[in-house]
Amino acid sequence: MSVILHVQGLTKGFTMHHLGSQMAAFSNISFDLNAGEFLLLKGQNGAGKSTMLRTLYRSYLAQAGQVLFHSDHGVIDLLRAADVDVTHLRRTEIGFVTQFLVARPRVSAEDLVAEPLRMAGHSAPQALDKARYWLKAFGVKDSLWRAYPTTFSGGEQQKVNLARALILPRKLLLLDEPTASLDAHARVALVARLHELKQSGTAMIGVFHHPDDVEHLIDRVIDLTPDAPNMEDRADVAV
Amino acid sequence: MTLTLDAPRIVTTRPLVTLRDVTKTYGDVQAVTRVSAEVFPGEVLGIVGESGSGKSTLLRMMNLEDTPDSGSYTLDLPDVQGNLFELGRFARRMLCATKIGIVYQNPHLGLLMKHSSSGNVAERLLIAGERRFSVLRDKARAALAASEFPLERLDAPPIELSGGMQQRVQLAKAIALEPALLLLDEPTTGLDVSVQALVLDTLKRLQQDRNITMVIVSHDLGVIRTLADRVMVMRRGEVVEAGLVDQIFQDPQHPYTQQLVHAKL
Repeated sequence: MSVILHVQGLTKGFTMHHLGSQMAAFSNISFDLNAGEFLLLKGQNGAGKSTMLRTLYRSYLAQAGQVLFHSDHGVIDLLRAADVDVTHLRRTEIGFVTQFLVARPRVSAEDLVAEPLRMAGHSAPQALDKARYWLKAFGVKDSLWRAYPTTFSGGEQQKVNLARALILPRKLLLLDEPTASLDAHARVALVARLHELKQSGTAMIGVFHHPDDVEHLIDRVIDLTPDAPNMEDRADVAV
Repeated sequence: MTLTLDAPRIVTTRPLVTLRDVTKTYGDVQAVTRVSAEVFPGEVLGIVGESGSGKSTLLRMMNLEDTPDSGSYTLDLPDVQGNLFELGRFARRMLCATKIGIVYQNPHLGLLMKHSSSGNVAERLLIAGERRFSVLRDKARAALAASEFPLERLDAPPIELSGGMQQRVQLAKAIALEPALLLLDEPTTGLDVSVQALVLDTLKRLQQDRNITMVIVSHDLGVIRTLADRVMVMRRGEVVEAGLVDQIFQDPQHPYTQQLVHAKL
C-alpha cells in the first residue's frame, strides 16, 4: 500500500513568554501512515493528542522532526513547506475535522458546507446539491439549511461542521474528537462516511473520546502517554 | 524577517506581489524597516500590529501613494515590469487606477463626498479611459451591486449615507475595474458590529467569487481571523512574525504576538 505520511522525530513544546517557561507536549514521535489506514491516537488528558493533530496540520509549529506528505505534487515536508503550499494542500488534500464549527456571521449552513467544494472549483449549484445531501445525511433538518448556524445548538453546529469537513474526499484526514456532542443518528452517519472514505483510500489519524464508535475502523494505535510502551510491544495494537 | 521567500515551494506558482527590503523613515522615525513579503494570487494577507507599527504606511506604499527610502515592489502581471517604486507619477496613477484598488478606513480619503455614489464609481472608470456613458453607468451599477449597495440609492452622495454604505461605495469603486490587488486599510473600523459583519461577508464573497488577491490591515484580530489566509505581525516598523492565520492565533511564537493574541477578548 502506498505511503501517505512519513513522520520522523516529531517534537513539540510551547514557549510561554509571559511565564518565562517551556512546556513539552511530546517528543521524538515517528510513524508511517499508508493510504486507507486509520491510526488512533490515545493517551490521558494533556498527553498531546490534539497537539499532535494540530502540529501535523501546521496550526502548531513543530520544534523538530519531519512530516513528509506524499501529495499529488510530490513529497513535501509539511513542517518546512511555504505557508501558501500548506494552504493549498488544506484546500485539496488534507482535511481537519474539529469538535467545533467556525461559523461566519450571515453565512447559511448550506453555503458553509458547500464552500470547500466551490473553493475546489465545483460549480455553485453542484456544490449546493452536495451540501444539502450531506446536511441531510448527518440529520440536519431541511428547515435549517438556509439559516445561520451561529444560532444552532452545539449538536446541530457539529453536524454542519462534519458535513463541511467531510464533503470533499481528502488524501489525509485528521479527526479531533468529531463524535463529541453528536446524537446516535449523526454518529452512525459519521462512522459510515469515515468507512466510505477509508475504503476509497483516505488515510486518517484520529482522537476519539469514545474509540468504541470507530473500533472497526482502527488499524493501529499510538499511545502518547509519557513512558507508554512502544507501539510494537503492545498486545492490543495491530501493527 | 520574510514571509515565505525562503521556504521551499512545490505547489504554488509565482507570487503576485513581491516586496523586498522595504524601508521608510519620516525624519528620525523608522516607520518601516526592511520588510519583505510575498502575496500569492487569490490569497488574503492580513497585517496586524499596534498603532504606529507601520502597517498602514506599508499599505500606502503598496498603493504607490508613498515611496520608500529603499526596497522594491513588483507585481507579476502582463505589461507590468520592474520596480514599481521607480515609476513616474503618471504611470503610478494609471497602474493604481487599473490594477490596484483600495478601501480606506476614512471614506473621505477615498470618495468625493458630495458627488453621487454611482458617479464616484464611474470616476474611477473615467480615469482608466472609459468614455462611453452607457458603459460607465452599467459598470458602476454592477460594481455597486457586487458590493451589496442598495441600487435605489445610486444617486445619493456618500455624505448622506451611513458609514457601512460609504464603505460599500469605496469597495465598489475599488473593484469596478476588477483589480488584481485589493488593499483594505481598517475597512470595518468605526462601524457597528452588525454592519461590520455585513462588510466582512461582502469581502469574503468577493474574494471567493472573483479570487481577488487582498492585503488587509486591521488592528481588529477578529476581522483578520475571518478574512486572512496568512498573517504578518508588525511592531515598530518590523515584521516580528508571519504565518498561517490559525498558527498565528493558536501557536504564536514571538513574545509580542503572544501578548497581542492573548489580549483579545
